[in-house]
Amino acid sequence: MTDPLVIAGTTFSSRLIAGTARFPNQQVMLDALQASGAELVTASIRRISLEGYSGSLIDLLGDKYRILPNTAGCVTARDAILTAELAREALDTNWVKLELIGDRELLYPDVEQLVHAADELVRKGFIVLPYCNDDPVSCQKLADVGCAAVMPLGSLIGSGMGIANPTAIELICSRSPVPVVLDAGIGTASDAAQAMELGCDAVMIDTAIAKSHDPVRMAAAMRAAIEGGRLARLAGRIPKQRFAEPSSPQLGLVGS
Amino acid sequence: MMHLKINGKEAEFAATTIAELLAEQGIDPKARFLAVAVNGAVVRRAEWLRASLAAGDSVEIVRPFQGG
Repeated sequence: MTDPLVIAGTTFSSRLIAGTARFPNQQVMLDALQASGAELVTASIRRISLEGYSGSLIDLLGDKYRILPNTAGCVTARDAILTAELAREALDTNWVKLELIGDRELLYPDVEQLVHAADELVRKGFIVLPYCNDDPVSCQKLADVGCAAVMPLGSLIGSGMGIANPTAIELICSRSPVPVVLDAGIGTASDAAQAMELGCDAVMIDTAIAKSHDPVRMAAAMRAAIEGGRLARLAGRIPKQRFAEPSSPQLGLVGS
Repeated sequence: MMHLKINGKEAEFAATTIAELLAEQGIDPKARFLAVAVNGAVVRRAEWLRASLAAGDSVEIVRPFQGG
């Protein structure tokens, strides 16, 4: 069965976007990415160390995966835009996961600056995937300025708290004109499955894989959960009801 | 020697172009996945040999790292 994810005209067979940070070591990261089945993986853009330049981890990934650079940590639209432009030069990609942080402790998006930066980056020819609030209006504004997808948070980055407001995520999915990628807060496989069941087109996961006890196994679990959640979404869940409905036939009961 | 700010640190440098500055820092200008900005504007790799630096310039030299 083919059911590809399409973002900005690019087709992906995997609906898992994987982060590359916080793994115990490089080999575990590579093995986990392999097990996750991800085709799109994120990277940050940082100043090189002037005291000892060495090869980049991305050297290992660049030819095997499509790299989605982020603007993680940026707190102003100006810095985020420059970071995106540096990423485009360094990685030869016009795709960017736009992050604009309004609070350094909560890592919560600054929607006002986010929409402004997204608008400017789209005008500069970028394919913009913004990390944003789980709020249908913010998501709509980002789609309106031309973002290729929206990436609402499930809960705080790295928190593992799952999807704090499933109703909001479901609303966003039902109204969004662009693909919805659940970003941030995934703790375990059931969270990823839930995101897909709510109607998300893909899930972005880093910490929940990288910081698990067995990242390679967790990557496989996330892959299976996302596939399962997607199938369940397409199949259509039964409505919830507040009374029992026997699954076995009512007639021909022994002794009746 | 020229006073420059490189990745947030101010110092004196002999380099007069970006290519020379990278070499002075022990960075191979042909290394993949590098990017440079001067005073907030990206300088394309093709310009590194020619783009001259002026005293007081602020230079960012970046590359991709792990990220989420």
